[in-house]
Amino acid sequence: MSEEKKLFKVKIDNISVEVEPGTTILNAARRIGGDIVPPAMCYYSKLEGSGGKCRTCLVKVTKGSDADPRPIPKLVASCRTNVMDGMEVANITSPEVQEARKGVVEFLLLNHPLDCPICDQAGECHLQDLGYEHGADGTRYEFKRRTFEQVDIGDKIKLHMTRCILCYRCVFTADQLTNRREHGVLGRGEAAEIGTYIHKALDNDFIGNVIDVCPVGALTDKTFRFKNRVWFLKPVDAHRNCDKCCGKTVLWMRGDEVFRVTARKDQYGEVEEFICDTCRFETKDAKAWTIEGPRRIDRHSVISQSHYVGTVKPKETITDVMDGRSPRLLMDIHSVSQVNRPEIDLSKIEGPAHSDDFKKQ
Amino acid sequence: MQALTDRVKPVDRRPLTFMEKLYLPAIWKGMAITFKHIFQKKATVSYPEEKRPFSPVFRGLHILNRDEEGRERCTACGLCAVACPAEAITMEAAERKPGEEHLYREEKYAASYEINMLRCIFCGFCEEACPKDAIYLTETFAPANYQRKGFIYGKEDLLIPDPKEKQTV
Repeated sequence: MSEEKKLFKVKIDNISVEVEPGTTILNAARRIGGDIVPPAMCYYSKLEGSGGKCRTCLVKVTKGSDADPRPIPKLVASCRTNVMDGMEVANITSPEVQEARKGVVEFLLLNHPLDCPICDQAGECHLQDLGYEHGADGTRYEFKRRTFEQVDIGDKIKLHMTRCILCYRCVFTADQLTNRREHGVLGRGEAAEIGTYIHKALDNDFIGNVIDVCPVGALTDKTFRFKNRVWFLKPVDAHRNCDKCCGKTVLWMRGDEVFRVTARKDQYGEVEEFICDTCRFETKDAKAWTIEGPRRIDRHSVISQSHYVGTVKPKETITDVMDGRSPRLLMDIHSVSQVNRPEIDLSKIEGPAHSDDFKKQ
Repeated sequence: MQALTDRVKPVDRRPLTFMEKLYLPAIWKGMAITFKHIFQKKATVSYPEEKRPFSPVFRGLHILNRDEEGRERCTACGLCAVACPAEAITMEAAERKPGEEHLYREEKYAASYEINMLRCIFCGFCEEACPKDAIYLTETFAPANYQRKGFIYGKEDLLIPDPKEKQTV
């Protein structure tokens, strides 16, 4: 008996790939990569048991397998359906799938508030991308959206339940990464909400990862709250020696200030390695990190806006032309400007800035 | 040599005729054109007293708008700044505290907002990008100034006066 496993041959949007038995269609598509990968809001490859909730990854199976070539009559969630030998799947080539996905996005946005201008996730929000790529322009929903009060879960994490799409990723993260489970989903149906029992503070060492895992702005970093927009910050890869985690992170910097620390995310928005809360919330000093270089950001992302890569700063020739005299400065912007005042270190303020933070001289 | 364009005019180098040598007819002709303009419509206006009408799409100085209750509309979402091709707009956001609800419309607001009018090219992209109808370009010029620092417009310069405060005065 040969130890070699038989590989299943799958065709996704007419591209063939050979994968091991037991692989899901979504992961087979990710092996191919590119446009044909179905979007996923709830599936997270690093979390066991995730997926099957948001229905954005719906695909059409046009041929079940070589043994049974009948198509699957309904669209299937590709993150939860395993491949069969000889299976043929249509994702972007099927108008039915595109139409269904548009409907799914409309459903996800039913109760989602339109507060992207305020939300800290804007610019790196998966629901924004999904709505932009697959969604309809308007909504047909005429009723009141469900609303919840904002909750502080722990002193570093803010929960906006209004924005939540109930993907359960954060619940799985808390289950699998931390020692004790302290938060879960309470209620059912429309009343379902992420909650900690009796608003118990989450104080595990790895609980900050729920922020990275959240596809929308439901769980956000309170130490970064309203500090800046992500597209004004420069993401750099950095690492430090951490005894709890790998210490490999992305620093979101502006000048020398570290505004936010996140884990490194891959092209599907999934973290490469989870990081601990000490790295995420408490190490906001650039000196504590070894900076490796700028993070590669997809150039279609708004985060890459106004980031000038590979620019050459021209040599200052004025002093040469003027026989060594330096030019008379007509204005130093910091003497006039009220923005970026040196005495206010926004990144050092615990939690969001308030009016009195700006009033102090 | 082959001409680069078809608009080349060969220079007339023939010697002057007797009439041309007199010069005076040509001078009279020129002065006639000059004096004719006295009786024509003036192309200029005497500016401070008289002003030209603006086009309805004129894009002038920015204002930051308030809503009906006099609260600031801007939430410092940064879309104007990212849309700005001249990178003239900068801002810093803050969270609204309890008790400030009459000042700011949303829970987040611009604690400082600044437009560098030296950089601004008055393209109006900020107005287009604004999701909250907060920034508008008016039909006013940015006034002249002797110093560069007069062109850095802060939030107090841009924000329109509170309609409620006006009533009490």
